[in-house]
Parts: sequence; structure tokens; C-alpha cells
Amino acid sequence: MALDINGVEIEDTFAEAFKMWGARVVITAKNRKWALEAATQMTGFATSVIGCKCEAGIECELDQTLDGRPGVSVLLFAPSKDDLPKRLMERIGQTVMTCPTTACFSGLAAPDMLSIGGQLRYFGDGYQFSKVIGNRRFWRIPVMEGEFLIEEKFGMQRSVGGGNFLILGENPDATLEAAERAVEAIKQVREVVMPFPGGIVRSGSKTRSRYKFLIASTNDAFCPTLGGMVESALPQGVNSVLEIVLDGLNVAAIEEATRVGVRAACIPGIRRISAGNYGGRLGQFKIHLHKVLEAA
Amino acid sequence: MITLKLITQPVAPLEADCITPDHLLGKAAAEIASLPVAYGNQRGSLGDFFSVTGDGADEILIEGDLSRVKHIGVGMTQGQITVQGNVGMHLGAGMCGGQIIVHGNADDWAGAEMRGGQIHIHGNAGHELGGAYRGARRGMNRGLIVVDGNAGNEVGSVMRRGVVVVGGDTGEFTGAFMIAGSILVFGKLGERAGAGMKRGSIITWQQPKLLPTFRYACTYHPTFLRLLLQDLLAAGVQIAGEWMEGRYRRYSGDLTALGKGEILAWEGP
Repeated sequence: MALDINGVEIEDTFAEAFKMWGARVVITAKNRKWALEAATQMTGFATSVIGCKCEAGIECELDQTLDGRPGVSVLLFAPSKDDLPKRLMERIGQTVMTCPTTACFSGLAAPDMLSIGGQLRYFGDGYQFSKVIGNRRFWRIPVMEGEFLIEEKFGMQRSVGGGNFLILGENPDATLEAAERAVEAIKQVREVVMPFPGGIVRSGSKTRSRYKFLIASTNDAFCPTLGGMVESALPQGVNSVLEIVLDGLNVAAIEEATRVGVRAACIPGIRRISAGNYGGRLGQFKIHLHKVLEAA
Repeated sequence: MITLKLITQPVAPLEADCITPDHLLGKAAAEIASLPVAYGNQRGSLGDFFSVTGDGADEILIEGDLSRVKHIGVGMTQGQITVQGNVGMHLGAGMCGGQIIVHGNADDWAGAEMRGGQIHIHGNAGHELGGAYRGARRGMNRGLIVVDGNAGNEVGSVMRRGVVVVGGDTGEFTGAFMIAGSILVFGKLGERAGAGMKRGSIITWQQPKLLPTFRYACTYHPTFLRLLLQDLLAAGVQIAGEWMEGRYRRYSGDLTALGKGEILAWEGP
């Protein structure tokens, strides 16, 4: 059954997504500038688990926070239960604790709680103080600026990584415009982040290469410059492809992001919306484009 | 709701540790009236002093001048007690949960060694509010006490955890031998505050007269205090907006003990 939105063909295919473990970190600071600075640093170089060990992005800015200051919510995902606390420790320790005026809290009340502040407190070298406020324990770590406040435990939950869709456009400008519109629309969806630069990937990959030392290589079927050389997945007239990758705390968030993102991307100059999968062999979740869009 | 109305004013102290939601829950009025109390050196029953109406609920309303009625809410774990009037010693001592609201004054040892729950005294409190009984190694350990008025000596002595808020002034030795926790005094902090404290925070909004064993550290904006004040605001405590943003002078002490405690004194917005 054919489906199109604003004259853009929606391919009858699915995105293949994977199980991950996720955490929500709330960073507050004296003002929006410094909260965003810490969040940007924390989510930097966290595009793909292939090369960055974790994937992370800014979920949203917050008006209401525990300490009443401006805040930013960050989602961070790792492939396993063991990896997630390591990544949180590294990133909070190096990018949030070091950033002026920040404090850091868990944004998830999950059954699995990780001792993050409970470990980072040792930076205080014995001069750290704990405070129990409500039913939550916080650590006050003395730092040169004053005090860094961090919650002892951070929630962790099963999550979904690798949701995606591909925007196939007639030219690079139209494709980028569509991708930017998709990103802006998806920013309104909670519990989901887009870990790549500006939310957009230009170098989508497949899970193999001709080289023994490389487990992922360029997605040649979607590379317009390889038309005629490889078995292309691109219809006539497509000269540029961009991908939106989605990581979320649950499948529903990925589906909602796909729904609003695809709709926003269907603009003149776009020929088709597709999605990346591995034939359904690798991922635990399938996000069918038609099913998601028809549900709206 | 169960309503207990004082009908016979006790002349001698009346020990009524049976007045807790845990003891009264699920009981009929007659059964409640027959619960034992100690009156001076005699034994009696609750019905000798109180009229009882309602039954079964975990909310208790007590009316009358209970200045000589001790041990109300001792060890309670759930429910609510509302006292319309003054109340005697040991109110809510050792309580673990639930809530006590007093529309009047409370005598000494209110919330002593409590383990959880909340006490809100709209009037004044006596000595040893949230304190530790003599010889005890730990006083209050979790929970929240709010006093709108003044409190006596040794507020939160040997406190291990929890929060005590005094809207007015405190007497001497506030937070003496504190192990941890927070004591907030909106009025004048009594002399010798924090004597022997190991850890914990005493926070005051008037310039305190401190022991020489407390040393000035710095003036800063403590982020944790914003959290604590926000939490208290949510619990219904009146907090001035400028206290969140303000500068606080930090004094470390007591240097005769571990010295990891602090007295924070608000300096200004």
C-alpha cells in the first residue's frame, strides 16, 4: 500500500532499533548559559556507541528544577548495564563537576539505581558532606569555586537506541532543510534525543566492510555518488541523503519522534523517506514507518 | 477521624502513650476509652480523662489543654494527630512516620529521638526539641520538625539526620554534639550553638554569637541550601525568596570535635 505525505513517498520499510540502557541527568546552573554549557560538553562526542562508547543528547531545557535554577535534561545511553555507570562517572566527573556553578541530579526514578554521586564524592578527599533532603541523598563536594552538589544515586532503565529514518532529497540544500525541520519538530518530543551533530547524520553506516579491521562502513546503497557502481537503494533524482538517529527511553518515544520528524521532513525537494535496518536480524525493535504514520 | 476531648483536667502528669494512630486504628470508641494511661502514681483509662467519638480511623483530633498530658504520638508510624491546644512533654518522641500538628505550644522533648514523620508546632516548643535522651548516643534520626515560634535549649542535640526548623529564636546549645542533619533558625540563634558538633549544618538568618572553636571559612552561595529551602517550601514552611539567592558566611566547627560541621549565617541577598 502506497503512502505519501505532501507528495513525498514513505517507503514501506522499518527502522531497526536495539536494546540499550538509559539514564536521565538533570544539570542545573546559575543561568541557562552555564547549564547548557555543561550539558553540551557532557553530550559531546557521544554520537554512536561504535566509536564513543555511549550515545547522548540534550532532551530539553527545564524551568522547574530541584534547586529552582535553570536546568537542562540530558539523556545518556550505553549498550549494557555495566557500561552506563562508567560513562556517567566519566562524563559527569569531567564535564559537569568541572563546569562553573553546576549541580547534577537524577531525572529518573527507576528501580535500578546507580551510585554516581556516591562514587564521585571521593573527589572531595574526605571533606565531602552528605545531605539527605526529602528521601534523596546528595553529596556536597568542596571545589575551588565553592561546592559541587550531586545526587548520590541515578536511575537507569531499559531503553531503545538506533531508531532512525532517512531523508532522500533532490539536492543537498533541500535535504538539509528537511532534516533541520525534522530535528526542530523532534525536539518537542520528550524521552528521546538525537545524538548526532545537530541531530543529523550524513554518514550512515552498514554493519560490515571489506576490511577485517573495520566493523562498520559507509552505507553504499544510499550514497548518491556510487549510483551505477553498487546496488543503489536510491530512486532516480535523489542526490543527497541525510539520516535522523533516535535514542529513547522507550519505543513509544521513538515512534512519536519518528512520526513528527517524518511529517516535518516531507517538504518540496524531498523524494522519499526510508529507514535503516539489517533485514530484522539484529535489532530487537522494528519501527515500521507506515504503521507509525498511519497511527497518527 | 477519632476525636478525643479532654473532659477532666489532670492535676498530676498524665502519661498517655496509647494516643497514637497505631494504637487507635480499627478500634471502637469504647475500646479506645478503655486503653490504659498512667496518672501520677496511679493507673487509669483514657476514658477517665477524654470523651471519645468516632472510631477506626488513623486521624486523631485532640481538643483541650493537654499541657500535663505526656507521650502523645510516641513511636507512631502512620496517620495524623492534630492537637487543638497546648501539649505536654515527649510529644512524638521516637516517632517513625505520620504527622503531628499542634495548634498551640509543646513542652520539652517534642520529637526527641524521632526516626521519621513530621511534627509541626504552631506555637513555641520547650527544651530538647528533637533532642536525645540523657546518655543516648543519637538523637533525632530522620524526619522534619517545624516550630513557628521559639524553642528552648539543646534543640536537635546529638542529631544524626533530619531537619529541624525554628521560626523564632532558640535557646542555648542548639545542635550540641550534632552528628549530622540540619537545623534552621529563622530568629536569633542561641549562644554556644553547635558545641561539640561533628558534622551537620546549623543555618541562621541573624548574625550569631559563636563559640571560639568555630572558624570562618568563606562567604558563598550553598547550592544544597536552595534544595533544602525548596523542599521546606513544598512542605508549607514560609521561606523568603531572597534566602535562596543570598550569600552565607560559613563557619567550620566544632574544632574541639571532628570539625566537619558548619554554621551558615545569612549575610544578605
